[in-house]
Amino acid sequence: MAEYQNIFTRVIVHGPTPYPGVPLPKGDSPRTGPASFQRVLGKIGDAQLGPIYLGWLGTLSIAFFLVAFVTIGLNMWASVRWDPVQFVRQLFWLGLEPPPAHYGLRLPPMHDGGWWLFAGFFLTLSILLWWARTYRRARQLGMGTHVAWAFAAAIWLYLVLGFIRPLLMGSWSEAVPFGIFPHLDWTAAFSIRYGNLFYNPFHALSIVFLYGSTLLFAMHGATILAVSRYGGEREIEQTLDRGTAAERAALFWRWTMGFNATMESIHRWAWWFAVLCPLTGGIGILLTGTVVDNWYLWAVKHGFAPMYDPIVPGMADPAAAAGAMR
Amino acid sequence: MSFTLKIVLAVLGALGVIVVVTSFERPPVNVVQVGQRGTAMELVTNPRTVAAQLPRHAVPEPTPPLDAAGQKASEVYENVQVLGDLDANAFNRLMIGITAWVSPEQGCNYCHNPENLASDEVYTKVVTRRMLQMTKTINASWQAHVGQTGVTCYTCHRGKPIPEAVWSTDPDPRRTRGIVASAAGQNIASPAVGLSSLPHDPFTPFLLRDEPIRVTGTRPLPHGNPATIMGAEWTYGLMFHFSAATGQNCTFCHNTQNFGKWESSTPQRVTAWHGIRMVRELNTSYVEPLRPLWAANPHGPPERGDATQSRLGPGGDPWKVNCSTCHLGASKPLLGRPMLADYPELNAVTLGPLRSASR
Repeated sequence: MAEYQNIFTRVIVHGPTPYPGVPLPKGDSPRTGPASFQRVLGKIGDAQLGPIYLGWLGTLSIAFFLVAFVTIGLNMWASVRWDPVQFVRQLFWLGLEPPPAHYGLRLPPMHDGGWWLFAGFFLTLSILLWWARTYRRARQLGMGTHVAWAFAAAIWLYLVLGFIRPLLMGSWSEAVPFGIFPHLDWTAAFSIRYGNLFYNPFHALSIVFLYGSTLLFAMHGATILAVSRYGGEREIEQTLDRGTAAERAALFWRWTMGFNATMESIHRWAWWFAVLCPLTGGIGILLTGTVVDNWYLWAVKHGFAPMYDPIVPGMADPAAAAGAMR
Repeated sequence: MSFTLKIVLAVLGALGVIVVVTSFERPPVNVVQVGQRGTAMELVTNPRTVAAQLPRHAVPEPTPPLDAAGQKASEVYENVQVLGDLDANAFNRLMIGITAWVSPEQGCNYCHNPENLASDEVYTKVVTRRMLQMTKTINASWQAHVGQTGVTCYTCHRGKPIPEAVWSTDPDPRRTRGIVASAAGQNIASPAVGLSSLPHDPFTPFLLRDEPIRVTGTRPLPHGNPATIMGAEWTYGLMFHFSAATGQNCTFCHNTQNFGKWESSTPQRVTAWHGIRMVRELNTSYVEPLRPLWAANPHGPPERGDATQSRLGPGGDPWKVNCSTCHLGASKPLLGRPMLADYPELNAVTLGPLRSASR
C-alpha cells in the first residue's frame, strides 16, 4: 500500500545502453555529445542524459544568446566599476536600461541605451531561432507542433513588451530593462504610470489563465498520481481503452464536482490555459499607453470599477487652487 | 530517514527559525482603517517599535523664562541683526536654548569669538543668523505644512551642529566612462530608497529642482500625458523616502488603487504637497546660498569639538534638507509636541536683508 503513496519518482527504467534516438535523414546534423545514465536524473525524470541535437539552428541560437548574456553581464559589471565582490553582492540590483525617452526610436549612443538594443536584438534572434528549432525537431520526429506554438505564445508576450509596444509608442524607453530588480521596478512603475494594471481586463484574463494553469496542473498531477496504483500514468492507453484507473479518476471528479475531464481533454485544457496566459497578457500590455492611459479610470468609465467616495469632504488638488505654485 | 538526513533537516530548520526571528517583527501590530473598506487603507504600527523610538523624539525641558530686562537686545548688544527687537533677557534665554539644541558639546564658542561676542568672524554665527530667518519663514509662511506646532532649531538639530539626516547631490561615483552603459542613477542597493534598485537620488530633481512628480494620467484615454515609465521610477524613489522619513506606508496619503486622484486621498497628502514646496524653498533660498561659507570652512569652525564631519557632501555641495531631517521616522516631528510655544522669541526674528551675509 505505502509503495503507491509517493510524491517523487519511484521507478527508474533504462535499457542496457543509452538510446541514441531514431536515425536522422540526410541534411540533419549528427547528434552531439556522449550519452549516459544518471541515477540522480532518474529521480526526477528520465535517467538518460544526452545525446543532444544541436544543428545549425541550435548552435546559432546558443551563440546569439551568449552574445546577449555576456553583453548584459559585462555592462552590469561595469556599473559597479568592475568590482567582482559588488557584482556578486548586488547582482539582483544591477541592470541594463533601455535608452532614455528623448531618443525615441532613433539609435542611441552605445553607453546610453545602445547596449540594451544590441543585447535585445541578439536575445530576440536567439529566441526566434530556438523556436524554429522546436518546430523543426517536432516535425522531424513526426510529432505535432504543439510545443512550438505554446512557446510562440510566450514569444508573443516577450515581443509585445520589448518590441511591438515600444514601436507603437514611438520610444524604446517604454521597453523593459534587463536585470532582476530593475525589471520588477519597471513592472511596478508601468502599472503606476498607466493607472493600475489590475483594472486592465486582459491583465485580469491573463491572471485567470495563470492561476487556472496552476490549478489544472495540481488537479491533473494529483489525479494521475492517485490512480498510479491502477496504471493511471499510462494515460494514452487509458484514453482509448478506459481501465479502472481512468474510471476511478473520472468518478472522483464527477462525484466531487459533477463533471470530469477525460484522459485526453485534460491535456487540451492545460495547453489552452497555459497558452492563453501570455496571449491575453500580451494584448493587455499592447493596449496600455497606446489606447488607454489610465486603466482604473477606463474601468470606471465602462462601469466595472467603483469610483470611491472621498475619505474627507473637500479634498482637492492643491496645485489647482488659484495662484498656487506648481 | 537516514541519520544524516535528519541532521541536515534539523540544521536547515534551525536556520529557518533564525531567519524568521531576525527578519520579521513579532506580532501583534495595531491596524487602523483610514479609508473605504476593501481598499487596504490601513495604518500599521508596531507598539514595541514605537516605544523603542520614544527617546529619539523626546523634547528637552524648556529653559525657564527670565524676567524682562526692559531693554531691547539691540540696545544692549552690538551687531544684533535679526533678534534686535527682543528683550535682552529673552535674547539671552534664546542663546542658551540654541546652544543646547545645536552645539551642546561645543558651547557658545561654536559660533562666537569669546573675545568679542558681537564679531561675525566665526562663519557659523552668520549661518545661524540665516537659519533663524529660515525658522521664522517656516513658522510664518509654511503653516500649511507645520501647522501651529511650528519648528525650532531642535526639530532638526537634536543637539548636533549638523542634523543627523541630511543629503547632498549624489555625484554618482559609479558613473561609467566611454562605451559601457550608464546605470542612469539607479540599479544599486541604496538606503536612500529603502534598499530598492530605484533611482537613488530622488532629492536633487524633486527637493532642489522642481521637476514634475506626478506621473499617473488623469483621464482614461491618452491625452498627451508626457510622463514616462522611468519618470514613475523616480517618483517611486521619492515616495520610498517619504515612507521612511515618516514611518508610514503608502496609504497614509494615498488610496493606492488610483495614486493620482486627490479626491480619494487623505488630508496628509495635501500636507505633504506643501512640505515638498517648503523643503524646496529651504534648500534653494537658505541652504544653497550659504555654500561659500561652508566651502571656505569645510571642516567647521575652530571650536568644532568632536563634530568633524565635512560640511560639504562628496559632490562639493552643502548638506541639504529632506523629509527625514525633521521627521526622523515619525509622522510628526517630535511626535507633534509644540516645542515652539515655549520659545515665542523665535517668531520675533526679523526677515530683512542681512548686513554681513557674506561676512
